[in-house]
Amino acid sequence: MDMNQYLSMFIDESNDHLQSLNENMMGLEANPEDLGIVQVIFRSAHTLKGMAATMGFEDLASLTHQMENVLDLVRNNKLRMQDFIFDTLFKSLDALEAMVQDITAGGEGKADVTHIVASLQAIVRGEVPAAAGAAAEVTAAAAPAASSAPGALDEFQYSVLEQSIQEGHHVLYIDVAIRKDCQLKAVRAYMVFDLLERSGEVVKSFPSVQDIEQEKFDYGFSLYYITAKEASELESMIMNVSEIEKATAVALDSETLRQMSQAPAAAAAEAPPKEVPGEIQAQPAAPVPQAKAEAGKPAPARASGGAPSRTIRVDIERLDVLMNLFSELLIDRVRLEQLASEVQNSDLTETVEHMGRVSGDLQNIVMKLRMVQVDTVFNRFPRMVRDLAKSLDKKIDLVITGAETELDRTVIDEIGDPLVHLLRNAVDHGVENGKDRMAAGKPETGTVNLRAFHSGNHVFIEIEDDGAGINPQKIRQSAVKKGILSQEEAARYSDDEAIQLLFAPGFSTAEVISDVSGRGVGLDVVKSKIASLGGNVVVYSTMGKGTNFSVQLPLTLSIIAAMLIRLGSEKYAIPLSSIVETGIIKKTQIRQVHGSRMIEFRGSHIPLLSLSKFFAVADFDETTEDETEIVVVRKGERLVALAVQDFIGQNEIVIKNLGKYLPEVQGISGATILGDGQVALIIDPNAFIK
Amino acid sequence: MAEDIKVIVFKLGTEEYGIEVDKVQTIERMMPITRVPKTYSFIKGVINLRGVVIPVIDLRGRFGIAEAEYTDQTRIIIVNVNEMEVGFIVDSANDVIDLNRASIDTPPEIVGGIKAKYLDGVAKIGEDRLLIMLNLSEVLNKSEIVQLESLEG
Repeated sequence: MDMNQYLSMFIDESNDHLQSLNENMMGLEANPEDLGIVQVIFRSAHTLKGMAATMGFEDLASLTHQMENVLDLVRNNKLRMQDFIFDTLFKSLDALEAMVQDITAGGEGKADVTHIVASLQAIVRGEVPAAAGAAAEVTAAAAPAASSAPGALDEFQYSVLEQSIQEGHHVLYIDVAIRKDCQLKAVRAYMVFDLLERSGEVVKSFPSVQDIEQEKFDYGFSLYYITAKEASELESMIMNVSEIEKATAVALDSETLRQMSQAPAAAAAEAPPKEVPGEIQAQPAAPVPQAKAEAGKPAPARASGGAPSRTIRVDIERLDVLMNLFSELLIDRVRLEQLASEVQNSDLTETVEHMGRVSGDLQNIVMKLRMVQVDTVFNRFPRMVRDLAKSLDKKIDLVITGAETELDRTVIDEIGDPLVHLLRNAVDHGVENGKDRMAAGKPETGTVNLRAFHSGNHVFIEIEDDGAGINPQKIRQSAVKKGILSQEEAARYSDDEAIQLLFAPGFSTAEVISDVSGRGVGLDVVKSKIASLGGNVVVYSTMGKGTNFSVQLPLTLSIIAAMLIRLGSEKYAIPLSSIVETGIIKKTQIRQVHGSRMIEFRGSHIPLLSLSKFFAVADFDETTEDETEIVVVRKGERLVALAVQDFIGQNEIVIKNLGKYLPEVQGISGATILGDGQVALIIDPNAFIK
Repeated sequence: MAEDIKVIVFKLGTEEYGIEVDKVQTIERMMPITRVPKTYSFIKGVINLRGVVIPVIDLRGRFGIAEAEYTDQTRIIIVNVNEMEVGFIVDSANDVIDLNRASIDTPPEIVGGIKAKYLDGVAKIGEDRLLIMLNLSEVLNKSEIVQLESLEG
């Protein structure tokens, strides 16, 4: 029952709320007249405030409260949204995010927000003078002075409650008494809180939540609670928690609320504990049968306690452990299959085959567990693009499609930074400024498309702008000037090849180094990052029409389907995803073209590469054979045939790295352990295609 | 008084070498090694050590001593230095001794053909046994390997 349990819930939910605040603010900015969005924002802010106050993060709560004041004026048509108001609200969101991050990192969530608070207050005061008095009053009251008395509501909580009453919610004062023979009263109290949190919001409790958790209370506590449910309904819900002696819920209206909050703090603080033991003595028999009767029918009560959550949050490390264990299992499975095929016992073979199917299903599930929607990365981009466009004085729409596409968590974790970089590029260099766009006959507002979609064993993420496009000639010149290419080489590059030079190390075409991008350390880092994830990035561009950066990513990083091949005494694995086809060619079909060996493949000529030569395999040379097995692999549009000795078969393999000590080996992307315990190297087909 | 350390003793040719015991993970018998192409000749390849892929180095090759046939006595010493796991192929490994740090002297320029920078020192044990203490982080220093290769190439 320690605080951490609430804390992780609080952090998760705060992040959700902050995200929805951000999204809705963006929506509102596009549609400033839509009061429906303001309502949504207000509700989010309100919940956030309530949660923060309950958890004791005063700074967070007071800042949200100020935001609420502004929003309140807006939704009541007393204030029109304007640019600077948006900016201030966004700034507040940033500050809130920083606080939540601080809390996540184990901090107190404290931050100096006086500046933002002051500007929020200025908005409330400056724009609508009539509201100034009210705002001042509220802020003065929000000061911590009032909260020092433990029993009383501080003005801040009071205003929350009053607002709720005005909005038509039920505000209840609930007294709960726990049976005296209860061993774990903090647990029971927690269960009550948990129950209540499901159907409403606890604004304040006496004693405080912390004290209750540490069992620093007698056999009773009381609280202020906002809900949509009726008082009697709640009473019976609470009574369903075992070992609860008595629960009374009193609905409050504005008048009684005022009286209660204005009653002397000391009296309010002492009254409940005194009262409760008294009640227990007075009616010792009655509540017990009642509790039993209630316990007899727990099912309907539980159903009314709100739909149980359909998801659980699992520690990422546990998933990793699961994954590792599963990898081991897979290796054993392959080994078993080998043994079974040697033994030739039909019962054994059948069992192993069945196990193979089950483990296949299991693998699918395990992989799915690790899949995360790209939305978790994408969701921060609209805000980023907005800020960026604003600072560059451009008008840009970011259109996101396919945010529900799923990727392995490890990829998701790493892909954020490269995408940020590409997006910044699109906004800064891609989309022209408004004047240039008008001159080119385009709409003033630029569009940046962020797309994610599945294709085969890969996920593609594309960032496409409708800007000026890339001038290949400029790239060539720049590359020559920077010594990346010689003049002759540059002339030989096709336009398409030339613009890929953007990814060459030390290349930056920006004529003016802006604050946003173009510091010269750029796309080469993006490219190597994506390559390290087993992906690839290419750029397509049409002058005057726009630029498209296409990022190709593997669905998963740890288990892949691969073709095992033999070269002499050595075994290698080739990822199935890059194999186009396998076949056998005769020696006579090999042609010498320009000093290199080519074969005809589906109407075109593709190079034939000797793997045994490339890897210097001692005990195999395919040139002595009349017929050679080939594997045709692909990288993008280009194909190459690899000559091998034998196909062993297709297998699921677990990718392992070669260890830190080994330098990068050309043509090898990793290793895997085969069923017989031997290590086989995984071929990186991309290395053969330049 | 300097502290006592435990040292694994292994042999390359006739020389005896020592590695501090806490840097050694396990000592394995010779096992199948998967060759890794396109790398330094002294990197013999990778092994599967209980599910982990670990590169192995022939220590003779690393020190530029003529490589020998592997025998029953040949061992792979798996060390863990700077979070790198690497296996060393050595002629034999059959002793653990206690050594006082004070008994380790700074090495002379060349010992058994190995450059002094790979060495932590030389310890005299018994009457006429000399133990050469290896400086593992230098042995595994990659930037130095690159220079070495470019000199050879």
